[in-house]
Amino acid sequence: MRVVSATPKSTIRDSLSVSLTVGAYGIAFGAASVAAGFSVLQSCLLSLLTFSGASQFALVGVMSSGGTALAGIATASLLGFRNSLYGLRMSPILNTKGLKRLLAAQVTIDESTGVALSQEKHGPDAMRAGFWMTGIGVFLFWNLFTLAGAIGAKAMGNPASWGLDAAVPAAFLGLVWPRLTSPLNRVLAVSAMALALALTPLLPAGLPIIATAFLALAVGMKKP
Amino acid sequence: MSAMWLGVIGTSAAAYALKMLGYSVPQKFLSHPRVQRTNALIPIVLLSALVAVQTFAVKSKLEIDHRALGIVVAAVALKFRAPFPVVVILAGLSSALVYHLR
Repeated sequence: MRVVSATPKSTIRDSLSVSLTVGAYGIAFGAASVAAGFSVLQSCLLSLLTFSGASQFALVGVMSSGGTALAGIATASLLGFRNSLYGLRMSPILNTKGLKRLLAAQVTIDESTGVALSQEKHGPDAMRAGFWMTGIGVFLFWNLFTLAGAIGAKAMGNPASWGLDAAVPAAFLGLVWPRLTSPLNRVLAVSAMALALALTPLLPAGLPIIATAFLALAVGMKKP
Repeated sequence: MSAMWLGVIGTSAAAYALKMLGYSVPQKFLSHPRVQRTNALIPIVLLSALVAVQTFAVKSKLEIDHRALGIVVAAVALKFRAPFPVVVILAGLSSALVYHLR
């Protein structure tokens, strides 16, 4: 394949290693989703169609704690907004039209954008190759591992007796941990935890989580 | 349509619309520094809130149970830079242990 032979080896290596390690998280999603009461089919459709890890975890997290579908969709969408910004960044680099653009949008996620931007030193061809290889690679492994996790959890039965009910918040902690890079971020994280817990007895399930978005708005929209 | 199906379809439709949005709007629309900054903070608050609620809430009540140990173990594992799957498995195992001992 011409695209691959012209692509730096390091780009191919980066794309593959990210695809495999991130794709493997799919097993945690598949298991969490089935433990939350979604069917194997619904779990797999979420990975195929939503294809954005944090959003998928958020939907099953909100709904498994008793939230409505709407609260789940809203939380997932707030998390999915960053993909809009990734698209904005990738659009002039990919410069695609028609069907290819529709496909590019679906694989526009943290990892494909991250690998593409990290290839800047190798030029726009390597950036495009990194985007497509990582996007498609994560898509393949994420979906395969979701299926494996969902089938595995189905066979396990009671989620609590296998620790699945603790594995889900642990997964969220693993997703937020690398972002706690500054004192402000850490204060914000602890404040969000406190606010969500304080609101839990007062608001319908799911809303205490969405309410914390106002903390981000208040801090982010403030004049620097 | 069940709530689960509504969640699956609604989340997927919204997720794709948001992805497509970035390819469809003029560059200047979303590139404002405050939008960028707020967007970087949103995952921090939402994911943190999810950690807290998923660990301590049972419907609309707060409770400290087997999940609490799981999350403490996860935090320690992350502190020692354990990879994601290891973190999740250790949290699950320690929580399941408490669940069965009680």
